Amino acid sequence: MSRLIPIAASTALALALWQALVTLAGLPPFILPGPGRVAEALWHSRALIAGHAGVTIAEVLIGLALGAILGGLSAIGLAASPLARGLIRPMMVFSQAIPVFALAPILTLWLGYGLWSKIAMALLIIYFPVTSSFFDALMRTPQPWLDLGRVMGGSPARLMWHIRVPAALPGFASGLRLAAVYAPIGAIIGEWVGASKGLGYLMLLANGRAKIDLMFAALIVLAVFTLLLHRAVDIACRRWLDGTAAG
Amino acid sequence: MQAATPPALLIDGTATIGGAALFGPLRLEAAAGRITCLLGPSGIGKTTLLRLVAGTDEVTRFDGTITASDGAPVTGRVALMAQGADLLPWLDVTGNVTLGARLRGTRADPARTRDILARTGLSEHAHKRPHALSGGQRQRVALARTLMEDRPLVLLDEPFSALDAGTRAQMQELGAQHLSGRTVLMVTHDPGEAARMGHAIHILGADGLETVAPPAAPVPRPVDDAGTLEVQGRLLARLRATGAAA
Repeated sequence: MSRLIPIAASTALALALWQALVTLAGLPPFILPGPGRVAEALWHSRALIAGHAGVTIAEVLIGLALGAILGGLSAIGLAASPLARGLIRPMMVFSQAIPVFALAPILTLWLGYGLWSKIAMALLIIYFPVTSSFFDALMRTPQPWLDLGRVMGGSPARLMWHIRVPAALPGFASGLRLAAVYAPIGAIIGEWVGASKGLGYLMLLANGRAKIDLMFAALIVLAVFTLLLHRAVDIACRRWLDGTAAG
Repeated sequence: MQAATPPALLIDGTATIGGAALFGPLRLEAAAGRITCLLGPSGIGKTTLLRLVAGTDEVTRFDGTITASDGAPVTGRVALMAQGADLLPWLDVTGNVTLGARLRGTRADPARTRDILARTGLSEHAHKRPHALSGGQRQRVALARTLMEDRPLVLLDEPFSALDAGTRAQMQELGAQHLSGRTVLMVTHDPGEAARMGHAIHILGADGLETVAPPAAPVPRPVDDAGTLEVQGRLLARLRATGAAA
């Protein structure tokens, strides 16, 4: 409980500053609504927001799961094969020079206005951090462990599975923690480019109709979801590492 | 359980790293079924020598031969035991001890595992992770893992150097007792350890290999045995002379 007190205090302070800014600067509600108004919009439109939030959450979770699987497999493939490293790594680095944002219209063109173009955006934005942090950890297995495994007669595949992968799980976990924060960004960009559902779509819609309080309500729901997702991934990784790997 | 007569190990050659001489030409024989101790100042290439025998050194160039006296290849018949620090932290004691079997895609015999854990005094720690063990217990796990491998040739790389004096003496006795009958090549920087455990004792110096006569008492020799202490003193004096020359 004692850990919640600073969080509550800091939230209260932020709300107070927000309200003070609105009051002191005399900002009209269509520029910056106060926290009270936003809370009111949140309550009145709770069903609407919940429906759109559900879509965004589904996009983010599926993107996160696919990104974790693809990133994990890619990292293992790269670590296992010098040929793959030589051929594919330069491509991966080059692909990072293309802003993911710029790909959103193309993905919408290819995958349509539905869920999949947003899932693809979330996946694209997290793929590199997940792959690269897991890959780096896989390439840094302590030498004494590898020597021991070789003297014991382990094949490269078994050394990978029994020593290198478990030793690199903390690196994989830090990639996943980053991914939990990035994935919602990908989904929202996808929704801005073209969608008929989701929090990103709702924000654009509210903005267009000058319902700034609704826009802020959607934004706050998105921020809270991202925080909770990061926390959940963090806790899951901790539990998992505690059970299987070098904490 | 090991083969009735393990082979002797013969190392004969010169090691260089990037063209610079590391050691040699030297000729070192680890007698069959005996403990051969190799002492020497740091950086002289003792550990490199072990890595060359184990086949894990990819940097050093070795011109010469590393052979077993029975003519069969050395590779695949070697077990390596270093400091207990190389236990895998995510595996419990049993998992660490049976690692070799899993790496070879087989299953360790549970009865044999239990027997080895009992002989090394680890039965009640079988399901603990390394971080929950003391330094001495971790070293026992490394010994149990080595015994589990059941190889005729055993390479020890300063295995007990991180332990306090009492635990170290205890581990030396346990090691000598359980490894007896195998051909053991042990690198150490501790003259007392060499004097207690070596059937044969060599000092690797800049000028090559020097052989020192071991104490008369049977291995493992008592810590306070007069002959052992005398050899320990002589080894330390030789080491200091070698270190000063090097």
